[in-house]
Amino acid sequence: MSAKGQRPDGRLRSLEMTTQVGIDLVHTDEVREAVLVHGERYLNRVYTEQERQDCGSDPWRLAARFAAKEAAMKALGRDGEPLPWRAIGVRTNASGASSLDLHGAAAALARRRGAVSLSVTLIHEGPLAAAVVLAELG
Amino acid sequence: MNDNVKVEIRRVLRDHARLPVDIDSIDEQADLFQAGMSSHASVNVMLALEDAFDLEFPDQMLKRSVFESVAGIAAAVNELQPEAA
Repeated sequence: MSAKGQRPDGRLRSLEMTTQVGIDLVHTDEVREAVLVHGERYLNRVYTEQERQDCGSDPWRLAARFAAKEAAMKALGRDGEPLPWRAIGVRTNASGASSLDLHGAAAALARRRGAVSLSVTLIHEGPLAAAVVLAELG
Repeated sequence: MNDNVKVEIRRVLRDHARLPVDIDSIDEQADLFQAGMSSHASVNVMLALEDAFDLEFPDQMLKRSVFESVAGIAAAVNELQPEAA
């Protein structure tokens, strides 16, 4: 979905500014299976060092971060190019607020799309984890 | 393409893709994501394929098209491990 970015007073931020939203939902059972079956190989292929420090092997926290990676790809309009999962990482500050770190192919995609800012929110409840990413594109 | 490769790919998909339908009922060109494979399940499939064929998918192959069908996976395995074909 796309919408012109408007300020509360109704004026456009920029004539070309758009907002893109990405959302993803992950079953924590799938993450638990991956950790059990593939262990370190799975964790190293998918998650950044920061994410591994923050999550250990907790399937709920890992699932929320995987959802964030997929949601970010959707918000940025991935269109078939290779995009390793580790190119997108979630960082959580001391107050619990999350933000996205983009590296390599993901950072290049964001530049091509003219991304001005990315916001992310995560949630996990029961067997599911989800993330929503909002991308402002200039 | 060696039929044994596609048989092994279907075994991996049966064990790891969590499809809501029998993998043998899915055409080799059919879209596995549309058939119900989640993005995360595709990670489990990728890692299981690496174990099954003793290979590693490089970053440039980490794209949806590689894992979206039996035929796509078979082409990638063939590219990475020509002796399997």
